[in-house]
Amino acid sequence: MDALETFRQETRAWLEENCPQSMRTPMPEREMPWGGRNAEFPNPDTKLWLDRMAARGWTAPTWPKEYGGGGLDKAHNKVLQEELARIHARPALTSFGLWMLGPALLEFASEEQKKRYIPEILSGEIRWCQGYSEPGAGSDLAGLQTRAEDKGDHYLVNGQKVWTSYADKCDWIFCLVRTDTSVKHDGISFLLIDMATAGVEARPIKLISGASPFCETFLTDVKVPKENLVGELNKGWTIAKRLLEHERSMISGMNMGAGAASMGGMEVLAKEHFGEQDGRISEQSIRHAVASHKMDQHAFGLSLKRSAEQAKAGQGPGAAASMFKYYGTELNKRRFELLLDIMGTQALGWEGDGFDSKELAVTRSWLRSKGNSIEGGTSEVQLNVIAKRVLGLPDAGKA
Amino acid sequence: MAFVLSEEQTMLRDMAAQFFAEQVPTANLRQLRDADDALGYDPAIWQQIVELGFAGILIPEDFGGTGFGATGMGIVMQQAGRTLAASPLFATSCLGAGMIMEIGREEQKQELLPQVADGSLLLAVAIDESSHHNPSLIACTASKNGDAYVLNGQKTFVLDGHIAQKLIVIAREDGAKDATGLMAFLVDANTAGVTITRTKMVDSRNAANITFDNVALSAGDMLGNGPASRESIEKVLDLGRIIIAAEMLGGVEMVFETTLDYLKERKQFGQIIGSFQALQHRAAEMFCEVEIAQAVVQDGLTAIEENRNDVPQAASLAKARLGDTARLVTNEGVQMHGGIGMTDAVDVGLYIKRARVQAQILGDSTFHTSRYASLGSY
Repeated sequence: MDALETFRQETRAWLEENCPQSMRTPMPEREMPWGGRNAEFPNPDTKLWLDRMAARGWTAPTWPKEYGGGGLDKAHNKVLQEELARIHARPALTSFGLWMLGPALLEFASEEQKKRYIPEILSGEIRWCQGYSEPGAGSDLAGLQTRAEDKGDHYLVNGQKVWTSYADKCDWIFCLVRTDTSVKHDGISFLLIDMATAGVEARPIKLISGASPFCETFLTDVKVPKENLVGELNKGWTIAKRLLEHERSMISGMNMGAGAASMGGMEVLAKEHFGEQDGRISEQSIRHAVASHKMDQHAFGLSLKRSAEQAKAGQGPGAAASMFKYYGTELNKRRFELLLDIMGTQALGWEGDGFDSKELAVTRSWLRSKGNSIEGGTSEVQLNVIAKRVLGLPDAGKA
Repeated sequence: MAFVLSEEQTMLRDMAAQFFAEQVPTANLRQLRDADDALGYDPAIWQQIVELGFAGILIPEDFGGTGFGATGMGIVMQQAGRTLAASPLFATSCLGAGMIMEIGREEQKQELLPQVADGSLLLAVAIDESSHHNPSLIACTASKNGDAYVLNGQKTFVLDGHIAQKLIVIAREDGAKDATGLMAFLVDANTAGVTITRTKMVDSRNAANITFDNVALSAGDMLGNGPASRESIEKVLDLGRIIIAAEMLGGVEMVFETTLDYLKERKQFGQIIGSFQALQHRAAEMFCEVEIAQAVVQDGLTAIEENRNDVPQAASLAKARLGDTARLVTNEGVQMHGGIGMTDAVDVGLYIKRARVQAQILGDSTFHTSRYASLGSY
């Protein structure tokens, strides 16, 4: 038996023993393992599964062992992923630290910082949030104003962040701060801040969907040790851009998943609401709209597949992430508008009697989907990126 | 990998790209149009296409072809689409050869396929009967008369109908209903009772209306040994749909590239117009559509090549998508060129005309969206 096959057998046996049965079922949102000091585990198996996977380094199987990763090469990781998929295992850890900050630390942080922060991310002990946008710096992110003044042994931070996901539940925040006011992009630094520090306050923002996944985060005379600076002073924009790429591919990926779940029965729903004739949706315009939408999805799926194959072969368009972010989020918004057309008033319930839980979920998801084309760079920003970086169109004002 | 060309396919693409760009530029189509050419294609160019092996690209080597398969055909047609090259490639080498390969008898294959591959036989497939493609409503009838058949009816939008030596006519056996009793007949164009009228289309390419008035046929004129199954005919039509989508993709890419170049050179208000965000965003949207169109066409070609069972879905997706994308890109192409986009001197006008005709070939977006729904049982 070759080494990979041995690894497969061992992994299979270990998973059989250590992956709790309830962790092999679809994951409800409230059981997502975000980790952190204040983590709640409505299902205790979630904690068990996280701890066991983290102990093996398998919350980040390919990351170096010295930082708490699994140290697996691609081939072994492929086997592990196949074995996890085989038993429909839930992810052991869902975490912005894992998806966004961690990769940036691996690339830009000092050895000391890596040793300090990455293991706590991978064990799920510390939950991170992202402090990028500000009230006056949304699409124009580099216009951010939160100041970090050099006070000798520490930075004094003052400002306000907004759209910080789950800041009220997080332990630390990675922030873009202004360390030079005389220049724009080259005056930004990347700073790690413990949210338990005096002067940090997070207030949840209530969205049109009724949920509050985002916060406003106020930073008032917050003292941050100098060693919390990642990378060089005033070079934070480079790190920020890299992180945004991770975020964009994460968002377009999430949409595909969420979409597939709610989409399955669009044509069935249409038959329920409009009736059917000879097996066809009776209302012609709805039938056409459903088919049209499913074709858009089919085509978009093919272009994602093509892009993946091209990337493997070393070809393909550079700003693919922007294209998929733009098209995927717009497609997701169209899907929910179409579901509203199909379901009529049954997709407009807010709560209580008269609606089943799936119908209520459509209402909330429709409202939530409006944010897809805003967060992580608006659709308009994605189109700018494509126009400039892929198509080579000039900036305004150039003759 | 289905979405990445092999080395051999890349060579074929480069060869086809060079040939069409150098030997069959749009000037060639303009010349045929302006001279009111009786054939609507250039036999000397066709001879070169034959010598390159393109005429027999779908045909297996045993029958004198080059056996490059659907992907090969798609690659060549995409390049032909870039320069609007007029040739019998689609009607003869794709649809005609496709019908013979799919439903012909062995001796018909032996006799006819080598003639397609060597360029000596031109074919036309007569299927449409009204302003919209609808193969489930064939009214053209073949009445059995002893061992023979009598053909009556009319066909329209028959591509290359006035230059083909042989027509492949899809008819319904007298008395048959719906999906049953479809037959394909090989009819010599000069048979008594066959009247062919060339129709001049907006794209300056070949099409004809044909009537069949008591055309006497023998049982041997039938393609195959009896009624052709609906599936086998659809299989050839799906091949045609995906190949024409590949040709459309070539046109779409050309218009997009040309328009993008124009955005980078044209100045107004003292600025390059491509610096205006209103135009940048529309260009970026077109880019996304073109990328998706490429994926859809490549998947369609692969579906045929691998004989996948979702060929009908892939074909309807490709044909509908390319119809919509070509409409978007040619409309934007004219608009972004401004006044000169309306002139005959600039090529974008040739592409917008061709795109609308291509959109109708073997079913437009509406037809294929409805078909996609039917295939999904809704």
